[in-house]
Amino acid sequence: MSQAENFPPESPEEAALSGTLAASLSLRQRAGGFIVPLITVVIAFLMSGFVVLATGHNPLLAYRDIFDGAGLNWIFHPTTNLASTAAYNLTQTLLQTTTLILTGLAVAFAFRCGMFNIGGQGQYFIGLIVANWLGYDFAHMSPFPHILICIVAATLAGAAYAGIAGFLKATVGAHEVITTIMLNWVAIWVGSWLFGDGGPLQNASDKTVPISNDVADSAKLPVFWGQQLLQGLDIGIFIAIAALVVFWALLNRTTTGYEVRAVGFNPESAAYGGINVKKNLIRAMAISGAFAGLAGALDMLGYLYHYGQNDIPLSSVGFLGIAVALLGRNTAVGVGLGALLFGALLFGTTHGLTSTVIKPELAGNLTYIIQGLVVLFIGADVLILYIWNSRRKLRRPRGAKAAEAATA
Amino acid sequence: MSVWVQRLENPLSARLRDPAATGYTGILLGALAAFLCIPPVQARTVTWPIVVGVIAAVFGIWTVTRGRARLGWGAVAAGVIGIGLGILATRSSVGNLNAVFDAALIEQMFAFTTPLVFAAIGGLFSERSGVVNIGLEGMMLMGAFWGVYGADKGGSWVVGLLVGGGVGALLALVYGYFAIHLRADQIVGGTAVNFLALGITGYFFFQFYNGNYIPSGVSTIPNVTIPGLRHSHFFGPAIGNLNIMIWASFVLVIVSYIVVFKTPIGLRIRACGEHPRAADTVGINVYAVRYSCVVVSGILAALGGVYLSDGFTSGGATFGDNMTDGRGFIALAALIFGNWRPAGAFGAALLFGFSSAVALRLQVYSASAATLFNVLPYVLTLIAVAGVIGRTVPPAADGKPYQKQ
Repeated sequence: MSQAENFPPESPEEAALSGTLAASLSLRQRAGGFIVPLITVVIAFLMSGFVVLATGHNPLLAYRDIFDGAGLNWIFHPTTNLASTAAYNLTQTLLQTTTLILTGLAVAFAFRCGMFNIGGQGQYFIGLIVANWLGYDFAHMSPFPHILICIVAATLAGAAYAGIAGFLKATVGAHEVITTIMLNWVAIWVGSWLFGDGGPLQNASDKTVPISNDVADSAKLPVFWGQQLLQGLDIGIFIAIAALVVFWALLNRTTTGYEVRAVGFNPESAAYGGINVKKNLIRAMAISGAFAGLAGALDMLGYLYHYGQNDIPLSSVGFLGIAVALLGRNTAVGVGLGALLFGALLFGTTHGLTSTVIKPELAGNLTYIIQGLVVLFIGADVLILYIWNSRRKLRRPRGAKAAEAATA
Repeated sequence: MSVWVQRLENPLSARLRDPAATGYTGILLGALAAFLCIPPVQARTVTWPIVVGVIAAVFGIWTVTRGRARLGWGAVAAGVIGIGLGILATRSSVGNLNAVFDAALIEQMFAFTTPLVFAAIGGLFSERSGVVNIGLEGMMLMGAFWGVYGADKGGSWVVGLLVGGGVGALLALVYGYFAIHLRADQIVGGTAVNFLALGITGYFFFQFYNGNYIPSGVSTIPNVTIPGLRHSHFFGPAIGNLNIMIWASFVLVIVSYIVVFKTPIGLRIRACGEHPRAADTVGINVYAVRYSCVVVSGILAALGGVYLSDGFTSGGATFGDNMTDGRGFIALAALIFGNWRPAGAFGAALLFGFSSAVALRLQVYSASAATLFNVLPYVLTLIAVAGVIGRTVPPAADGKPYQKQ
């Protein structure tokens, strides 16, 4: 639809239907507050429940077991003692949440600039690789600078990697979805090469195993809940929460954020207002990638310590970030809550799950189904509008309705 | 159009001086420089690749001076790369070269290419009608699982194709409803389709087969043996015994070209992809066209998936979690690389299939080099969308939801 057809300016709802990403985004942010994501999640869980039911398992019991598997039942018996399964499961869920907060922010920040960063997975791998490389190679450093160097380098690497997509978009207009998909696969294969047999980052001790070296002790993040050897909860989660605050402040309290949002809402009018659109596209993409690269660094230094070639195809945190960001409406608080939900699903359906109702192999795939349904429903503007409008109608006082009926 | 008319009317000598012709000749010569050093020709001196490569570069430079800079530099690059690869090939042992480049490589190339062709042509229909289909990967994965399930329970590979294609159509219909009727963001919707397919196939694979393996003896898609060629030294292993689906993919490319570019239906499809409002004005039902095209893309991508699980490996039907492993995205890359045209997409798929087949065989040199070789399709696509060698131009209304007035 051309600009001329859009004049006079439409209401935001109509603008959203005209199909620009930013316009529909602004609608999503304002429509319905918490209600729409909540309804979406409920619908997704209901529909997945039918799949569970149809294959002969009790969905309610299955969901209860997943809830317990994620350690969320800890709130009924709070304890810091990790002998309690609930407490242990909760620490593992929070480890996943840490990653998903950052990969979610990576998607959300680009969204706010009107771009779809589908390449969080690749940027995450780049962060992981750089953190592992520096974490192993720069041994014999004192812990604080070593950790700092690893994190900063991995974050910058993620930023540079995503910056490629931003640069191509700004200079030759290559669609960021296409370029980030390709960059994902480049990162996946480069990672497989680096960690694989005969690869430069393969472990030094056993050349038959395609696994990287462990990062040096000086590069490992301090663990504050549990033990380092037993994958305890590291301080990465505080860094992730700080990133949420940075994300909010950057977008809402700085000139950069203002420009990014202006470009996201309407590039033409932003350019008319004197904002350098190209610079902002590159910058927004780079900041996006920085979040994902940081996620990789925190995972590597926080609890993974090494990475195997075979782990690469199993990781989907970058893609889960899409669901987290969309569900969280690309806001800091929303992303935090979305990350907790999917972090709980990620751990609660697999390693944490001890259930007689549903096996982890089945439940693990339920996570993907729920994720798919959430993304499918949350992306449908018309559906959101419908829910929003029906909610507004409910709220409207009876007198107004009667008056409307009289005039009609 | 007029450019083509001009070219046809020109005498041969004038067409030979056309910078485009010399540019493409240069690129071909660059490929030839590398080709001379591998079997069956297998020159063992570095002279030949260097001579041919230099000629390619000269053609390229001449093209640059005639104003086609991008194409010319492409030819120069082809010449340099050809010389490099040629020298590498003459350095490596004859035994290794023969292990990598034999006639069976051609068969393997087609085997790798076929699923890509099906998905890419599927994507072509969808995107030509104006609906971006990021969900090709998911539709392919659904076809792979439900196809093999159908072949197992139905007792015949034909049932497998039907079930696989049907499930692909169903998933595409769901996607179409969100993308067309609900005007959801198509990238978001396609991403959702990929997640859904991953979850659904993984879930039912475990439910039905315990997540282990497909039982042996499931009916697989048969090969076509060409009696005259079967025992030929070269053509026998190359094309004497190809799978039906491979031949079908060749037919598909031709048919899709004719349908999209030579029939009224194709004109309608392209009109919906370029300017849906204009199409609507002249009475074309944009929604109906887009729905049909998305469903066709689902069916085709799923058929590519069925081939992958029920015809690709000679040992019998197989399935594994996330079996397609990014092939849907390579197909998408082939579609873009081929500039949204059937022949172009087929050529790109051949290139990507060839690189996959070579990557598999490079294991004789080094496992790690073979792994790294897999990035080639993605890097090439990045280069293509960056506009280094010509620009790729998507349909104008690709990815934009249409609202009836």
